[in-house]
Amino acid sequence: MSHDPGYNFAYLDENTKRMIRRTLLKAVAIPGHQVPFGAREMPLPYGWGTGGIQVTAAILGPRDVLKVIDQGADDTTNAVSIRRFFNRVAGVATTTRTPEATVIQTRHRIPEAVLTEQQILVYQVPMPEPLFRLEPRLTETRRMHALADYGLMHVKLYEDIARHGHVASAYNYPVMVQERYLMSPSPIPAFDNPKMHRMPALQLFGAGREKKIYAVPPYTAVRSLDFEDHPFRPHRADAPCALCGSRTSYLDEVVTDDRGGRMFVCSDTDYCETRQADQAERGEQAA
Amino acid sequence: MIRPAFVEPVLDSQNCFRAVLEAMSRPGRVQRLTMALDAPAPLAPASAAVLLTLVDAETTLWLDAGAEAEGWIRFHAGCPLAAASDAAFLLATGTPPALASLSQGSDESPQDGATLVIQVESLEEGAGWHLTGPGIEKEHRLAVTGLPAGFVAERAKLARNYPRGVDVILCAGDRLAALPRTTRIEEG
Amino acid sequence: MAYVAVKGGEKAISHAHDWLAETRRGNPALPELEVEQIEQQLGLAVDRVMAEGACHDRGLAALAIKQAQGDLIEAAFLLRAYRTTLPRFGHATALDTAAMRIRRRVSATYKDLPGGQVLGPTYDYTHRLLDFSLAAAGETPPPAPQAAVAQPEAPRVTELLAREGLMARDSESDAEPPDLTRQPLDFPASRAARLQNLARGDEGFLLGLGYSTQRGYGGNHPFVGEIRQGHVTVAFTPPELGFEIELGEILVTECQMVNQFHGSKAEPPQFTRGYGLVLGAGERKAMAMSLVDRALMAGELGEDRVAPAQDEEFVLLHSDNVEATGFVEHLKLPHYVDFQSELEVVRRMRATAVAEASSPAEKELAE
Repeated sequence: MSHDPGYNFAYLDENTKRMIRRTLLKAVAIPGHQVPFGAREMPLPYGWGTGGIQVTAAILGPRDVLKVIDQGADDTTNAVSIRRFFNRVAGVATTTRTPEATVIQTRHRIPEAVLTEQQILVYQVPMPEPLFRLEPRLTETRRMHALADYGLMHVKLYEDIARHGHVASAYNYPVMVQERYLMSPSPIPAFDNPKMHRMPALQLFGAGREKKIYAVPPYTAVRSLDFEDHPFRPHRADAPCALCGSRTSYLDEVVTDDRGGRMFVCSDTDYCETRQADQAERGEQAA
Repeated sequence: MIRPAFVEPVLDSQNCFRAVLEAMSRPGRVQRLTMALDAPAPLAPASAAVLLTLVDAETTLWLDAGAEAEGWIRFHAGCPLAAASDAAFLLATGTPPALASLSQGSDESPQDGATLVIQVESLEEGAGWHLTGPGIEKEHRLAVTGLPAGFVAERAKLARNYPRGVDVILCAGDRLAALPRTTRIEEG
Repeated sequence: MAYVAVKGGEKAISHAHDWLAETRRGNPALPELEVEQIEQQLGLAVDRVMAEGACHDRGLAALAIKQAQGDLIEAAFLLRAYRTTLPRFGHATALDTAAMRIRRRVSATYKDLPGGQVLGPTYDYTHRLLDFSLAAAGETPPPAPQAAVAQPEAPRVTELLAREGLMARDSESDAEPPDLTRQPLDFPASRAARLQNLARGDEGFLLGLGYSTQRGYGGNHPFVGEIRQGHVTVAFTPPELGFEIELGEILVTECQMVNQFHGSKAEPPQFTRGYGLVLGAGERKAMAMSLVDRALMAGELGEDRVAPAQDEEFVLLHSDNVEATGFVEHLKLPHYVDFQSELEVVRRMRATAVAEASSPAEKELAE
């Protein structure tokens, strides 16, 4: 496959790639620390994955196989649009199969399949600052990170527990990386947080509009904030997937009528389809 | 006559970057570069490739590799030179400058800590140092020859300044490995 | 009840884009707009797109307006995305607006002054009555009368005040200004970085903020020292030549707002300036920018920072309409996963609340 000759390979010019690559290396060297970078204007809107796209463009090579998911699905419109972009400007092979991908760009989910050392997971991040709802000033939060002063977040979580009996954050649930930096896992459901802990794959995070890159190296400790008497508990809808029967995957709720009818299906479409295909195959063998 | 740089600048630098990223993500794992590169002595292919991949007019460089190598990298990368204490990137082909004398970044901007490329004699996995820290499942072993005797102790002293610090890329021939500031080394 | 997972995103996108193209063209029985017509006859829209797109190219800005169906923020975005792909040859030398070939110049501080007041092609003093003659294919208007004498020298009003020691001079500097398109904004920001941010900023946002300073949120006491609009020379010194060459002329609008300053321990009472500079004819934006620039100087001048317009982080991080529109509009992207996790939490919290509210007796009854 070849790339659009009207643009440099993977769209970005080489100076920009170098700048992002330098940033990525420092991000890996300081796990969980947000490194500012000179994010460029991309031909897709800010907030639609420009950070993830710039990270992917800076790492991607002709031998890579790219998978793009949004909400766990390969076929959501924004995932389709980003995949098409890279297909056009980098000419790389793309896949929907999680095990076949070398680079996976994601918005809001971590695949259900366990990722391997041969893979890199690139997250699209809207607000990289985990403290932004509590303190919108970057000059203040930068100081808090420098001092590892995260009292503000602990107080907030404790107030949640006092008021509701548990933490009221269901997604973008804050994590501590290597017991040093408080980090936003991006708006993944809290259900996915445990997958980040000591993941064999490299995890890279790109926030284009906010101009920050951060990273979690492989096998790095990622702990969801909690309290001894209120340990972190990931939640999923209490139902099996209506298509593949999975009782362990994260589910989307689908409204089927206006009388309260609903069903639950896997949000990770590749996981669900693989399970359905396996079940069909086993069915045929049994028959 | 200045020697050429990468034959395929876009693809070779991507290839080299992925090797460095992999090295930095999995400290102590040795990466091998495959692209052809005919850099002037004393630059090893790996250290030359790392510089071409990472430095440009927006970064400062310090190196001890002599006039020809200096002219070569400046011609191809356009990077301004700086004193060792100020440089963002450093290449030591001889005895590296004291780690504590290099830029460490600040607590607010630890990413401003320097990246030090050290050219060594050899890099072998499976023996030598015991490495632990982020990027390492249990332990990586790395045997390095050609580093000054006090290197490990000097580096360990800086660890208490974390997140400030210096990240090291070791290069030998066409091989490279990295020691980000988070890696702990035990001599074995 | 059959459920089919949403499929065919690629096809849907392609069809939507076909429909967009058809909508853009409108009634095919009518002649298609030419880019040159937009450039010539919608010149103020072109100027706004150039200013907010941070790229001085009237033809490209006109094309962007056509492609965006006149959505000027979308057009600015198109121009920005194109601009980032352009190679950089270097930096132009600073524009000398004192040497401007003036087509409009007004001062509110002096009745008359060297160089005079020049109204230029302005909407000021037009009565805002719809001109129905424009609805019919109008006749070409006769050429406007030209001044018989050549434009005299027009020293800047702020310079007249500075010579008297009444206006703080901005120190000249050869330091390389930051480039916000290459390095991320850092705080506290230098004035050069602030002005660069404001010059690219959204006109509506700056207008609202500037207006707020007039209503007491930030306490400026502004006078329009001078607005000047006209052509300035762009020059460049190629390092390999070592001498300056002129690249051409561009139209810019500059506003210098004069503000009272009560003085501080270090500075005697004097006037201070708020500065605005916009590519093309963008007088409203230049005026709003100069109000906001002055408000942002509160910190340096030792004034209390109490109003939104004086809050550097707030102003500079929200002025960019390409960033703002992207993030506001991203809310329409799928958020099924986040919403699902919120649903689970809200259901759990409601269950807890209901259990706590109902008394043991009621619970027994319910069971």
